[in-house]
Amino acid sequence: MLQVAAKKHRGAFSLDAKFELPTPGVVALFGRSGCGKTTLINVIAGLLAAERGRVALDDAVLLDTDRDIDVPPERRRIGYVFQDARLFPHLKVAANLRYAFKRAAVAPFVGLEQVVDLLALGPLMLRATHELSGGERQRVAIGRALLSQPSLLLLDEPLASLDASRREEVLPYLESLRDQLAIPMVYVSHDFDEVLRLATHLVLMESGKTVAQGDLGEMSLHPRVRAIIGADAVGAIVDGTVLGTDSSSGLTRVQVGLGELKVRCAGALPGAKLRVQLLARDLIVATEAPRHLSVRNSLQGVVTSVANDVEDSDLIAIDIGGILIMARVTKAATSELGLAPGKAVWALVKTASLRPHAI
Amino acid sequence: MMWLSANESEALALSLGVATRSVLLSLPFALLLAWVLTRKQFPGRTLLDAFVHLPLVLPPVVVGYILLVLFGARGPIGGWLERVLGIELIFTRNGAALATAVMSFPLMVRAMRISLENVDRGLEDAARTLGASAFDRFATITLPLMLPGVLAGAITAFSAALGEFGAIITFVSNIPGETRTLPLALYTALQTPDGDAEASRLAILSCVLGLGGLLLSEWFARRVRRMLGR
Repeated sequence: MLQVAAKKHRGAFSLDAKFELPTPGVVALFGRSGCGKTTLINVIAGLLAAERGRVALDDAVLLDTDRDIDVPPERRRIGYVFQDARLFPHLKVAANLRYAFKRAAVAPFVGLEQVVDLLALGPLMLRATHELSGGERQRVAIGRALLSQPSLLLLDEPLASLDASRREEVLPYLESLRDQLAIPMVYVSHDFDEVLRLATHLVLMESGKTVAQGDLGEMSLHPRVRAIIGADAVGAIVDGTVLGTDSSSGLTRVQVGLGELKVRCAGALPGAKLRVQLLARDLIVATEAPRHLSVRNSLQGVVTSVANDVEDSDLIAIDIGGILIMARVTKAATSELGLAPGKAVWALVKTASLRPHAI
Repeated sequence: MMWLSANESEALALSLGVATRSVLLSLPFALLLAWVLTRKQFPGRTLLDAFVHLPLVLPPVVVGYILLVLFGARGPIGGWLERVLGIELIFTRNGAALATAVMSFPLMVRAMRISLENVDRGLEDAARTLGASAFDRFATITLPLMLPGVLAGAITAFSAALGEFGAIITFVSNIPGETRTLPLALYTALQTPDGDAEASRLAILSCVLGLGGLLLSEWFARRVRRMLGR
């Protein structure tokens, strides 16, 4: 369990944050630029002093201003991947990596070769840092942080300075990091796509304060998260279990709540976890079991709420067996279908609009 | 040195020796002061800064005189050095090195400060999160990154040390083979009948040395910049 609490004032800005993360897990610190996300992780790392604060990882108390505990950053065993990578310019890639490895305070649980393999750094080892592309720099920075054998990894928008295709060069490595090494991570981002791919939990920050937190699925529909990511990106993030492959269509069958989705995901083995985002704008609501439709996916559920949404539409929240999803329909449809809490409905979604991620 | 007379090559060798000692003597202190003046906030910082720069604005004769008072055989520091450590400064090349070190000190501190100010403190923070202690960070990150400034400062100070006149002649006099460096030899030649040819050779030699030092410093700075990819 990672526990963080911090209070700090600086000019007009004040930080008042508190969150917890079951470990191992990946918590996304999510919020608009300038809301204090970086300030908060600097406090966690110990690079910035808080007026009052507490940082504890499992049994290790790293900061507790009430008890005068303040472990210096060099002894916190917290790896930090900075937005600007901060590779040492006078050292080659290999020497940057060894710099961290040599200073590790504990017996290594991840070796140089393993990190080089995991992040595909082999061809970069003899390069000078200024010869690297943005994506390569971040991979080296991640590798360097890992080699310090951290018990917690902080990532401060490591992909923010990269364009979309470069991001794709780094994201898969972050995913395999999460899956192969059980290091808890705090991932700062204002990009919901990255959060969707990587995080297990989400802490929402607004002007220095942590305003909401929870596991990613439940937070995906939080009104304040919806306000930030924009109407088109609103949608439930659901984690399902692979049941098998549909022999006739070749699609992967995924159990989600009480229902089942068919998605395109070659090679997914039964029992594996898949994450799917059901965008509100992609869902169609029916009040009887659908027939004669091309749609492959229909999830049966019960309407739990109807809320005003953008322009002339409503957001319909539907419980599909312990999991909440949301569909956007026009107000005309709401009244015509009589959508109201308690109403039994079917949510339909095309397979083509589902992008599954392994988790 | 076929075209230099015995006197001239003696002055050249002495100058190089004195300048080398002077640089080695001032280097650690300059580094320390550059660090303190750049990174530390304390009352009296501005005063200390001004004090370090004093030799730039004082007549060298005044610096020589102050050294004479402090480091002379009966001076508070000079007397102690001689009694306890057996180091004699008056009328010796070590004294000449001290005088040039004091005179070129501000040049060295300035060069180091500029390069230290340019060191990205974020890199030191990064080293910190990787487990590097304060001394470790200085030795492995800060110092290598400010090295261009340290060396440029050292080369500039070395060149300036070759040209020091007033402080040397006031503090340790003009003794052939011991304190008569190039400028002092040039001055002596000018005072000697028929010394014109020697004076002009010494003047040319001084120009060549100074120019060489400046070029070397520039070449070196470029090389390091290229190494760091800037």
